[in-house]
Amino acid sequence: MDPVFIAQVALVLVVFHALLLSAAGMVWAERKVAARLQQRFGPTYTGFAGLLQPFADVFKLFFKEELRPAAADKILFYIAPIISAAAAFAAFCVVPFGPPTDFWGLLPHKIPLYVADVNVAILIVFAIASMGVYGIVLAGWSSNSKYSLLGGLRASAQMISYELSYGMSLAAVLVLANTLSLQEIVNGQSGYWFGFIPRWFVFLQPIGFAVYMIAGIAETNRAPFDFPEAEQELVAGYHTEYSSMSFAMFFLAEYVNMVTVSAVATNLFLGGWHGPFLPAWLGFLWFFLKVAAILFFYLWLRWTMPRFRYDQLMQFGWKVLLPVATLNLLATAAGVLYFGA
Amino acid sequence: MALETILFYVLGTLAVGSSLLVIGQRNPVYSVMLLIASFAALAGIYVLLDAPFTAVTQIIVYAGAIMVLFLFVVMLLNVGQEDAAEYDRSHPFNRPFVRRFGALLGIVFVAELAWAVWHVSTRQPAAIAAAAPGSVSSVREIGRVLFTDYAFPFEATSLLILVALVGAVVLARQDAE
Amino acid sequence: MITLNHYLVLSAILFTIGTAGVFLRRNIITVLLSIEIMLNAVNLTFVAAGRQFAAVDGQIIVFFVMTVAAAEAAVGLALVIALFRHRESLNPDAFTSLKW
Repeated sequence: MDPVFIAQVALVLVVFHALLLSAAGMVWAERKVAARLQQRFGPTYTGFAGLLQPFADVFKLFFKEELRPAAADKILFYIAPIISAAAAFAAFCVVPFGPPTDFWGLLPHKIPLYVADVNVAILIVFAIASMGVYGIVLAGWSSNSKYSLLGGLRASAQMISYELSYGMSLAAVLVLANTLSLQEIVNGQSGYWFGFIPRWFVFLQPIGFAVYMIAGIAETNRAPFDFPEAEQELVAGYHTEYSSMSFAMFFLAEYVNMVTVSAVATNLFLGGWHGPFLPAWLGFLWFFLKVAAILFFYLWLRWTMPRFRYDQLMQFGWKVLLPVATLNLLATAAGVLYFGA
Repeated sequence: MALETILFYVLGTLAVGSSLLVIGQRNPVYSVMLLIASFAALAGIYVLLDAPFTAVTQIIVYAGAIMVLFLFVVMLLNVGQEDAAEYDRSHPFNRPFVRRFGALLGIVFVAELAWAVWHVSTRQPAAIAAAAPGSVSSVREIGRVLFTDYAFPFEATSLLILVALVGAVVLARQDAE
Repeated sequence: MITLNHYLVLSAILFTIGTAGVFLRRNIITVLLSIEIMLNAVNLTFVAAGRQFAAVDGQIIVFFVMTVAAAEAAVGLALVIALFRHRESLNPDAFTSLKW
């Protein structure tokens, strides 16, 4: 068999399992970080420092009964969590996590470390993120309950509103980097200014980075923007009628979406796999470190800030974030034109 | 080459099949979801035609935005399916002879279009595979042509979107009285 | 070997399906969906022809057609909502007050 083909299949399997493990890791990290921020310990009994807690949770969810309300739409109720989870995993297939490598001479030429080799990588991430809305809106509708429907519609309205600012901040990075391929964008961030400041785009685009992070947090229905989820405490959200593994798939989708947003932010703004002190082929360790830092910021934000009310959330998205993102794009374009970067 | 043939027939069948189901479904939510499947198949065909930017734009704009809008409207205007079926049954177009004749006319229409299309391009039987790579599909080229040769339609389109935005908000607003 | 003819025939079939949907369905939203099918068929023709003649103009026109389709869908759906508020029905035959 062609060794390159085997390497690519192995890459697909590694990325998939890494995403699953990262979702499990996020469950553990969320509970530990929440606990520490609230001055308590969190899970300590299950395994060393509670590391087996997510696996215990999954076992429990497996053994729960899979309920389906009688009036729910059979087909759509079944496929809504599948759409959510599939979109979450598919968005990661174009994100590179390390420099092109030939696995120390095992392969005849270097292959890049992502699943799919496409020129228009950023647009694909954006496209698949916009497909993730369907899982939520279908879950809300097919449950055939008025509260689920309204919760689902609100969540999806929030997601599509913040997609605009998300796209604008991406466009500003594209203007700087002059290419649509994520691999090229990361390569454009290698090197240093004055010998010690890395050439990351976050230093050229601080507002763009802030807009991207805020829009990313709203896209994944997290932290201060999780009103549609928190409705469960007040009324009901889009996934009330779901139990056991379907429910688990919605949360898997949410965590994997967070990982994808963090990974894309790392590649666009924080220099991807470039870092000091390590040889080039160990770049993926720097990548993991940066993604972990952004994920920690996500968790920190969730357990520190109170959540926005829904109308405040929508006003912020349309009246504040979108103009700021547009002005950022204009300023970036003007800067590139003037300085000829 | 064989892969292109297989992909074309698979994606083509998916597109045609989903479209047929779209116009045949009673439930409008199913129609919308099937149309999204049809759009995804068309996006695959655009990738086959060496137009990845168009394929991704199709997913972002059509399947990701327009269809969400349709889905919202269908879900909020929750018309019972029984009424729709009732109207469909009692319509003069749905009497049996009319249906069969209509189906026959439809097939004749397709055959006519296909014949016309086939005989137009026998003068240039060049296969699609020989098109110049890179120059057509690069996003850079699309951007350059869009902002230089087609700059006026581009600006006019932005005005069109503004008008549509204002129009949609005004039309769907409830009178405050 | 897939030639331009194949893509054009596929486009013709999709266009016919869209036209049939506009005529046969008695639900305004399904009629709008059928119009979207027709627009997509036309997009396919443009992209295929653009590739045949090695011109990027095919994709540019598709860009404009998509934008116009988005604007038309938005205004069309707003009209549907306004109509629904008046008559509580999505059947085009229910709106016959301009007939003599």
